[in-house]
Amino acid sequence: MKIEGRVWKFGDNINTDLILPGRAMYFSAEDQAKCVFEANRPGWLDGIAPGDIVIGGENFGTGSSRPAARSLKTIGIAGMAAGSINGLFFRNCVNWGFPALECAGVFDAFDEGDIAGIDLAAGTVENLTTGVTLTGRPVPEVLLKTMAAGGVFPLLQSEGLIAPAG
Amino acid sequence: MGMTAIEKILARAAVDRDAVRPGDLVVVRVDTAVLYDNNFTPGLWRDVLKVHDPDRVVVVMDHRVPSMDINSATGWKTARAFVEKFGIERHHLFGENQGISHVVVAENGYALPGTVLVCGDSHTCSAGAFNCAARGTGYPDMVYAVTKGETWFRVGETVRYEFTGAMPANVSTKDVFLFLADHYGEHAGMNVEFGGPGIASLSIDARRTLTTMGAELSAEFATFEPDEAMLDYVRARNDAPFEAQYPDADADYADIRTVDLAAMEPLVALPDAVLNNAKPAGAVTGVRLDQCFVGSCANGTIEDIATVAQVLKGRKVAKGTRFLVTPGTQRIYLEAVKAGYVETILEAGAVFTPATCGACSGAHMGVLGPDEACITASTRNFKGRMGDNSAKIYMGSPATVAASAVAGEISDPTPFLG
Repeated sequence: MKIEGRVWKFGDNINTDLILPGRAMYFSAEDQAKCVFEANRPGWLDGIAPGDIVIGGENFGTGSSRPAARSLKTIGIAGMAAGSINGLFFRNCVNWGFPALECAGVFDAFDEGDIAGIDLAAGTVENLTTGVTLTGRPVPEVLLKTMAAGGVFPLLQSEGLIAPAG
Repeated sequence: MGMTAIEKILARAAVDRDAVRPGDLVVVRVDTAVLYDNNFTPGLWRDVLKVHDPDRVVVVMDHRVPSMDINSATGWKTARAFVEKFGIERHHLFGENQGISHVVVAENGYALPGTVLVCGDSHTCSAGAFNCAARGTGYPDMVYAVTKGETWFRVGETVRYEFTGAMPANVSTKDVFLFLADHYGEHAGMNVEFGGPGIASLSIDARRTLTTMGAELSAEFATFEPDEAMLDYVRARNDAPFEAQYPDADADYADIRTVDLAAMEPLVALPDAVLNNAKPAGAVTGVRLDQCFVGSCANGTIEDIATVAQVLKGRKVAKGTRFLVTPGTQRIYLEAVKAGYVETILEAGAVFTPATCGACSGAHMGVLGPDEACITASTRNFKGRMGDNSAKIYMGSPATVAASAVAGEISDPTPFLG
C-alpha cells in the first residue's frame, strides 16, 4: 500500500481531543470532521485538499478511544506518518482504514508543502521534494490488509457477524 | 531472557505461541470484553448478529448517565435490547450497580489477574492494578472482540517502576503520576510495570488511580506485579479461578526506574498537557478558580471522597467557585452517604453528582465556559477537554483540588490536612 501527497506538519503529543473535540463527540461522522484541529489550528480545514498527508512528531494521537482517525479519513487526508504513534490511535487507524506509519525522524525530514511518498508495507517515507528517504516500522501484513480494506467492519459484515450499516 | 509480567499474561493468552517478545504481533483470546454507552450511540453502533460468548461480555452505562439528551437515551435503549437479545448477565445500566466502567470492573472483580480485558475506552488500563492485561481499544476493535472472541496486540518493551518507601500524608498516587509524567514524559509503544517494596503501602484504590493514568503516559499496558493485597481484593469479589503472572527474575526491561514514594510532593499540571508540564502545588499561585472537580475513573474512589470530606470538614467552598464531586459508582455514592462524607461535602457548599464520566468527559454535568479556569482530579486536561477551547484546566490530587476549592485559587493541600 502506497500513498503520495502534499504535507501538513503537526508537532509532538497531538491528542485525540484536538482531532475530534469533546463537543463533537456525539455528532455524525460528517459533522465531527468539520471540527478537526479547530482548537489548535483554526481555518486549517479550508486549505486542505483530498489526498494531502499529515506528518507528526512524537506520540501522535495520544488520548481517547474516540474515532479521531475516522475524522482524518473523512476530511480526505490520504494517510499519515509520525515519529511515534499512540497505540490506541494506531489501532483506530487500522480498524477505521486510515493509513498510518511510525517512522523516527520523519518530522524533521519535511517542510510543510513538500510532497511525501509513504510505503506502508516497506515502512518507508520518502520526501519527493528533497529526495530524502527514511525507514520506519513497517505495518504487519495482516494489519495492513485490514487498513487497506477500509477497516474491520467490511470483514465482520462479510462473515455475517454484523448487519449492514444504517 | 525471561518475560515481564505483561509479556507473561499475553503469552498465556496467545492463540499460537508460548512466549512473546517486544516487536511481536500477537493474537490473544479475550477473557472479558466491556461495552459502554458510547458504543451504542446512534450512527456509530453496528447491529451485532452473533456474540462469541455472552458470558465474556460486560455492558456498562457511564459517559452520559442519567441520559442527557435524546441521542443518549436512544443509545441506552439499544444497549438494553442488546443485553436482552444475547442474555448478557453482567450488565450495569442504571441504579444501584451502575458506575464508571473501569470502577465497576474493579468493584465486581471482573478483571482477573493473568487475564485479558478490553473495553472501548482509553482508561481501561485501570484494571492493570489487578495484574490484568487491560487496555483501551477502539469501537471497531470491540465489535471484533465481542463477535470473534479474539484481538491482537503489538508487544512493546516494558519500563519497570520500582517503588520504595511510602507516600507522605499530603501526597496521593495522583501526585506520583504527575511526577512520572513530568519527569519521564510519554511512553508511547511501551508498557509500564509497577512493583517493588513500596507497593505494599499503596491501597488498591491508590494503585488503580495510577494504572488508570497509564493512558496519559501513552503506555500500551500499565500493570502491577501481584501481591497478596491484590489477590485478596479480587478473591473477595469473584470466586472464579485465575493464575496471576509474576515477572521473571531475568525479565528483559527497557529500563528500571526506582521511585522513592517518600520523596513525592503535591504537584499540579498546568493547562493543556500533563507531560513535562507540572509544578509543585505551592508554586502555582494567583490562579482564581471558576470550577473544581473530583471524580472520574481515576479519582472517584471512596478514599478520594474521604479526602475531600477531610479537607472540607468545617470549611466552605470559596464564593464564586463551583466544586463538583462525582463518585465512581453508585455503590461508592451509598458508602459515602453512610460514612457522612456526602453531608460534609454538601454542607461546605459543593455539589455531589451521580456516578458518571460527566465533567471529566466534557459532555455534561459541569461543562466549562469560555476563559474559565478549573482544577481537576480526573483523567485529562487537554485543551477543550472539559468544555470551551479557551478554558484553562489544571490537574492535581483530590486533596489539592479540595483545598483549592476552599481557597478559591490553586493551593497546596498540606495546611488543610492537619
